Amino acid sequence: MPAPWQGILKKIDDYRWEIPTSYKVGMSVSGLIYASEAMLAHIWQDQVFQQVANVAFLPGIVGHSLAMPDIHWGYGFPIGGVAATRVKDGVISPGGVGFDINCGVRLLRTNLTEDEVRPKIRQLVDELFVNIPSGLGSEGKIRVSEKELNEVLIKGSRWALEKGYGEAEDIIVTEESGCLKGANPDKVSSKAKKRGIPQLGTLGSGNHFLEVEVVDEIYDRDAAKAMGIKDIGQVLILIHTGSRGFGHEVCTDYVRLLGEAVKRYGISLPDRQLACAPVSSPEGQDYLQAMACAANYAWTNRQCITHWVRESLVKVFSKSQRALGLEQIYDVCHNIAKIEEYPINGKKQRLCVHRKGATRAFPAGHPDVPDVYKDIGQPVLIPGDMGRCSYIALGTETAMKETFGSTCHGAGRVQSRAAAKRGLRGADVARALEQRGIIIKAESIVSAKALAARGIISKAEDMMGSLAEEASEAYKDVTEVVNVTDKAGISHKVAKAVPIGVIKG
Amino acid sequence: MEKEFEIVDHTADVGIRAYGTSMNQAFANAAKALFSLITELDNVDEVVYRDIELVAPDQESLLVEWLNELIYIFDAENIIFKRFNITQLNNTRLKARSYGEKVDSSKHKLKIGVKAATYHMLKVDKTNGCQVQVLFDI
Repeated sequence: MPAPWQGILKKIDDYRWEIPTSYKVGMSVSGLIYASEAMLAHIWQDQVFQQVANVAFLPGIVGHSLAMPDIHWGYGFPIGGVAATRVKDGVISPGGVGFDINCGVRLLRTNLTEDEVRPKIRQLVDELFVNIPSGLGSEGKIRVSEKELNEVLIKGSRWALEKGYGEAEDIIVTEESGCLKGANPDKVSSKAKKRGIPQLGTLGSGNHFLEVEVVDEIYDRDAAKAMGIKDIGQVLILIHTGSRGFGHEVCTDYVRLLGEAVKRYGISLPDRQLACAPVSSPEGQDYLQAMACAANYAWTNRQCITHWVRESLVKVFSKSQRALGLEQIYDVCHNIAKIEEYPINGKKQRLCVHRKGATRAFPAGHPDVPDVYKDIGQPVLIPGDMGRCSYIALGTETAMKETFGSTCHGAGRVQSRAAAKRGLRGADVARALEQRGIIIKAESIVSAKALAARGIISKAEDMMGSLAEEASEAYKDVTEVVNVTDKAGISHKVAKAVPIGVIKG
Repeated sequence: MEKEFEIVDHTADVGIRAYGTSMNQAFANAAKALFSLITELDNVDEVVYRDIELVAPDQESLLVEWLNELIYIFDAENIIFKRFNITQLNNTRLKARSYGEKVDSSKHKLKIGVKAATYHMLKVDKTNGCQVQVLFDI
């Protein structure tokens, strides 16, 4: 029996599938999906073709409406989508960035080995859990006034550094040096600021987590060495979080404002969540300035958390930060829109590159890649689902030519959160992870147990929803995702790490 | 009792469909569905209230803005709402008083975080009773 997508998709090669403009009237460019044939079955079931096609309606879109192999059904834009529009006469869409603006990943290295950390892993996980506020409704340890928050929004990571959170070297190895230019706090609503003030310096809930990992496989020794990854068994720390309620409110505000702009500019869209305005319009510029504030909030957030990670390790191992070799490898954002230049029909053009659940992947020698990585390319950090594994890769020239310097961002969901929850209970997930040697501490478990102990809820296990939703079974295999990007050449696989300890909301 | 709301499956997020004999009731049930995703409402008391007044270009937008306003109050003030008295609702205007309680970690177990209500899969339908549908980003 022929696969249901035969006759719709045009196979370009084993990892590239085109959705022609004839698929849906109104598409101004074709769609391009990076996936293996095996992955298409999931993608097909998930209405993703429709969403990739809908993005191709955006005025001023160039190249293709792109789908990375971790693509899944979103709202408006698919998650794992990349769309570049002309700055001159194209649009910007807040939905093409998402609610969690500058959700991203930071990776730290240590010179500790698995053998040194395993005996203390419970103690380390407990210490990290105490030091880094996580979970729903959690409040940060940092108290800022609205005036100080405005400084956070303008300065990003540098604000944290000035307050003593982190090292100058951290900023060098952060995308955009931890500060997106053009941030203007006047373009942010007081509601966003109210949501943002108490949440600065918190990990949050949902799919955000912090992992203690061990290097498990190295595919490119020279590149790994350049990143300070010397051998299998070396311990790394991965931080995955974003701009919290601040970013959510900025997106909410601008989806509404740009929804009204759509009518003013006579733009016709197949989905209201694609609300957009010309990049050069006052509305478009206002959004870019507000989005930059949220991006800077997120970098500050990850910078502060980095500091507490260092404090925790120093305490648990009774060694100095220097002796532990606690240095940052890199920090990437995977929900963002950036103004970048690419050749279109042989002519350099300024484009607004929307990456929604996609990671920038610049090659060696690119001016935006820090000097320490100029010979290897920009590190790409790809977290898997909680408790599986994560990958470290590098940007490539192919990504520059085909995907506006972008690659995948994670595993990508294959199951609805509700379905994952029905099939699995939080306690089972925690138990299964512990059986595989992974120690987990989740705020959702701690608080459920406390309430159950006092008889307020009857069964703690039934209340650990948040953890069950993030079970591995709910995700595509990140290995398959990363292998497709590697084989298609849009990023180059360097190393794989597996978790031994997880902190979660 | 008539069904107040149900959960609609979505790969990454959660949708809800809420019902009512009037649109006021359907909007109130949509809000109840939202807070049922966040916590068990049986453990929430009516201790505080907040008044909300909104203007939007159409009723669909009004639904999204109504739910986003509640998400905002939950996030900024940590209030869980359980009862919603919508006193005015037409195509462009909503007026409501919502009752609930501040989050108390010794009493309330928060289940999931809701980032926002979206315009994707959004429906406001009066053909067969009143029915609304909305997708949340969680």
